[in-house]
Amino acid sequence: MTDAGAVATIIGYALRESVRRRVFLVVLVLTVGFLALYGVGTYFAFRDVQSFVPPDENVLDPTAFTGATLFGLAMFAILFLGSVVAIFLTLGVVRGDAEAGLLQPIVVRPIGRRTILIARLAGAAAVAAGYVVAVYLLALAITAAVGGWVPDHVVGPALGLALAVTTIAAISLLASVFMSATAQGIAVFMVFGTGLIAGLLSEIGRALDSDPLHTIARVATWLFPFDALYQASLHALISDTSGLTGVVLQLGPFGGSEAAGPLLVLWAIAYAILIAGGAALAFSRQDL
Amino acid sequence: MAIVARDVLKRYGDTAALGGVSLEVGDGELVGLLGPNGAGKSTLTKIACGLVRPTSGGVEVGGYPAGSRRARADLGYLAELFRFPGWMTAEELLVLHQRLAGSGGGSGERTELLELVGLVDAASRRVEEMSKGMQQRLGIAQALVGGPRLLLLDEPTSALDPAGRGIVRNLLAELRNRGHSVLLNSHLLSEVERVCDRVAILNEGRLVTQGRPEELAKPRGVEIEVDGGTRLYEGATREEVPRIVAELVAAGERVYGARVLASTLEETYLEAVQGRTG
Repeated sequence: MTDAGAVATIIGYALRESVRRRVFLVVLVLTVGFLALYGVGTYFAFRDVQSFVPPDENVLDPTAFTGATLFGLAMFAILFLGSVVAIFLTLGVVRGDAEAGLLQPIVVRPIGRRTILIARLAGAAAVAAGYVVAVYLLALAITAAVGGWVPDHVVGPALGLALAVTTIAAISLLASVFMSATAQGIAVFMVFGTGLIAGLLSEIGRALDSDPLHTIARVATWLFPFDALYQASLHALISDTSGLTGVVLQLGPFGGSEAAGPLLVLWAIAYAILIAGGAALAFSRQDL
Repeated sequence: MAIVARDVLKRYGDTAALGGVSLEVGDGELVGLLGPNGAGKSTLTKIACGLVRPTSGGVEVGGYPAGSRRARADLGYLAELFRFPGWMTAEELLVLHQRLAGSGGGSGERTELLELVGLVDAASRRVEEMSKGMQQRLGIAQALVGGPRLLLLDEPTSALDPAGRGIVRNLLAELRNRGHSVLLNSHLLSEVERVCDRVAILNEGRLVTQGRPEELAKPRGVEIEVDGGTRLYEGATREEVPRIVAELVAAGERVYGARVLASTLEETYLEAVQGRTG
């Protein structure tokens, strides 16, 4: 069997296992709930903003302000849900399955440990990335249909979120080599939270012009590129919005946004490859 | 040689699971690996199939380093503690392993394997609906996918009832007839004695003895039945029986029978492991 065929077999096996664990059912319920609430919230927000009379309508665009603010908040929910998908799909891939006795019959087959790991990461990343892009587009469609607002850039933020959840899937896979399923889930969610907190520190650092906080934020960006990708995606939503609307948006929830540096995407891709490579190396040396 | 293990040492921290074991399994040979719990049987098996890396020493499978792709391509393995996804049917599980093993046997191979282990009527049954014994037989079928030259079976009959053990015993004999090599870990001495060409006994990570079952059976003496009852000549061998009988007859005894006594595999085993039960 070719490696590509083995990868496809393992991906299919992993996805069927996820269906059995009702991962997709849970995610579907959460997603429908989120989109329903988002739709209702968007409807009322745009309706109520009609009564808001700006000092100068040519300077502050209430539609852009409302749409960008709501959609920016939706981006956070999408990143969170996508991370849940990525973590669930990589839960117990190595240690958890080995402790359960599920992994050994597969590992002794000729396909090899590296192929198994690559397949599990590819499956999880593809599903999680596809999921965030799909929910992103649905939220975008709701925002456009209800309020008539679309972001300055549509594709870039979606790809940023997709890459962010791919890095989280890689981190989770690495954790699965060393931890049982429960410990892995807790650890990766804590890493996710740490990355977001680092983003908040960065925002505070900018507001206070604090060098130590700036340094922490820079280090965190390298350590947790998913947060930097999220910030860059947020920034891309309104990067072409100027005037008072742009300034007000930067003061609001978009204060945490930051344009992607030229190396961010490259670093995020390299990061995912390095983490997956580390996981493969550790797995190849592990007794089962 | 199907397996060549040379001075295999495996340490887990300060504990030596294997303390320099050398063992060979020939092509078409069925070797039983005996020993109390913690003797290192499963560790040696796992090293042979690449699940565990030895601290030192080496194992070759079919001439290739254990754990290499070539070595794994030619072996089938049933772990002592294994689980298959409960949602899969027996048929689906075999399809999965056919794909992973690169087997082109198709449905014909699956049907044959399920017939071999007596599960042909359970092909569409989910694993979670099977008894532990059925799962163990399915595990053996899974190990046979792709027709591996070498089978590593770790306690394959531990959950089986007598009928199931009979199926596995016949299966092992059939595999030997087909030229497969088998390394069989088991606690069931009678099973090992009945089916294995050779037996190796491990104790505390060391190979304490090995040989054909009849070779391991040491002579215990000769029992002669005479008028006054039974007399035991400890240490006497089969070759000494005519002389002993002639001497008794010359002394006026009436001899009704003579029996050469040999230790059983169980006695040899208990002596080798010094009564350890694990």
